[in-house]
Amino acid sequence: MKLVDHFATGLDAPICLTWELTYACNLACLHCLSSSGRRDPRELSTEECKAVIDELQRMQVFYVNIGGGEPTVRSDFWELVDYATAHQVGVKFSTNGVRIDQAAAERLAASDYVDVQISLDGATAEVNDAVRGDGSHEMAVRALGHLQDAGFRDAKISVVCTRQNIGQLDLFKELADRFGATLRLTRLRPSGRGADVWDDLHPLPHQQRELYDWLVAHGDNVLTGDSFFHLSAFGSALPGLNLCGAGRVVCLIDPVGDVYACPFAIHDEFLAGNLRDAGFQAVWQGSELFAELRKPQTGGACSSCQHYDSCQGGCMAAKFFTGLPLDGPDPECVQGYGETALASVGGREVPRPTGDHSHKGGVRGGPVMLTLSTRRPDRQPERACEENPLAGLTV
Amino acid sequence: MLTLHPKVSVRPEPFGALLYHFGTRRLSFLKDRRLLDVVRRLDGTVSLDEALADIPPGELASFRSALGTLEQTGMLHHPATPPAPQGPRT
Ligand code: SF4
Ligand code: SF4
Repeated sequence: MKLVDHFATGLDAPICLTWELTYACNLACLHCLSSSGRRDPRELSTEECKAVIDELQRMQVFYVNIGGGEPTVRSDFWELVDYATAHQVGVKFSTNGVRIDQAAAERLAASDYVDVQISLDGATAEVNDAVRGDGSHEMAVRALGHLQDAGFRDAKISVVCTRQNIGQLDLFKELADRFGATLRLTRLRPSGRGADVWDDLHPLPHQQRELYDWLVAHGDNVLTGDSFFHLSAFGSALPGLNLCGAGRVVCLIDPVGDVYACPFAIHDEFLAGNLRDAGFQAVWQGSELFAELRKPQTGGACSSCQHYDSCQGGCMAAKFFTGLPLDGPDPECVQGYGETALASVGGREVPRPTGDHSHKGGVRGGPVMLTLSTRRPDRQPERACEENPLAGLTV
Repeated sequence: MLTLHPKVSVRPEPFGALLYHFGTRRLSFLKDRRLLDVVRRLDGTVSLDEALADIPPGELASFRSALGTLEQTGMLHHPATPPAPQGPRT
């Protein structure tokens, strides 16, 4: 049995657990996977968070990917990071850099168990700020500078690949090299506010090819998690996890304790339970939804495709939020079957992400889609941050 | 003597085990329960040959190569200072 087959039937505990500590955020990125902005008053308390960490320690979850929202705006953020690392739960956290000043950078440099990912979606301020908001490029670069000055080694620069930034891959790499950081490229999924801008932001077919070729050339030095296994249908499989791990090795704990199959699948359909009821382990091991996801999946329309072994029909969340059947091709299928499938969805209603925490009326200097049309002009997209469940996984 | 690096945590799974190195942040997979047993036996008091005693000769090469990879990636290491001697010195 291949290792991925074991993964497909589920593990005793997740490998890639994302924990979004808060829906509060200082920015308002257009493509935020969790539609963050305002804090949810029902957020887990400090004590509840510590109880979750105790449980993760018992389950031997080696590390958590902490995100949000902007996790560092929680007043107990550093307390929770310290608590986790003192309990053998390593922390990788994603931030837009807002609280990474010199003091924070020094404290991070002093710890062996904390990894930092700075989100940046354009190598230049022009491209970045158009989706993440005015001044967000400068903020991220300033944070990287503080980390470098403090001697923090190997920070990550986390980039959501878009139509607007695919041409900047070399520039991103240069930027990462300049700060002694590692580049982490992730896929734009139509999740959260990303659903509103996906049509305008997702890479075009020829850009997917460009991205694939670039990854083949630089793959070993760039992290991608499970982002691009749908591209493996271009040729050989890319490094990383080539499987949709939702509910099998991946899951999300949201700020109020809801457990979803994947951070990109915040929808009632993928809600496995709430850890306030009987703890996280009970959800991970007992949820009917997860049991269903761990059953052998059928390829549906993909099963006759010669690339099915490596591509596996792509990303469940991408299919779901574009209205495609879960057992068919990915909307960005490199064989072009996704476009045909999307065309047949036509103007039909597609599922909306659950929960909108966007700032009402946006934030000052927030991004505005001036040149791009949005698919649903009735809903004004506002902001976001990116989180990938499989950061840094070496299989 | 070859032993598990102190920063490595081991989580048994149905297929074998997951190893995570908190220093290098690398994840490794042991795809055989017996390999997990061998790794567990490497506590600094037994030699590699002793730890591999139960492995059939035909499979020794692949077990050794798996252990070699674990050593290269820092999951297993030779501690700088040997563990305190067991029993009275003569
Ligand atoms: S749904 Fe998509 S993002 Fe989530 S685990 Fe599956 S492939 Fe990855
Ligand atoms: S048809 Fe399905 S399996 Fe084949 S490349 Fe497209 S998404 Fe992948």
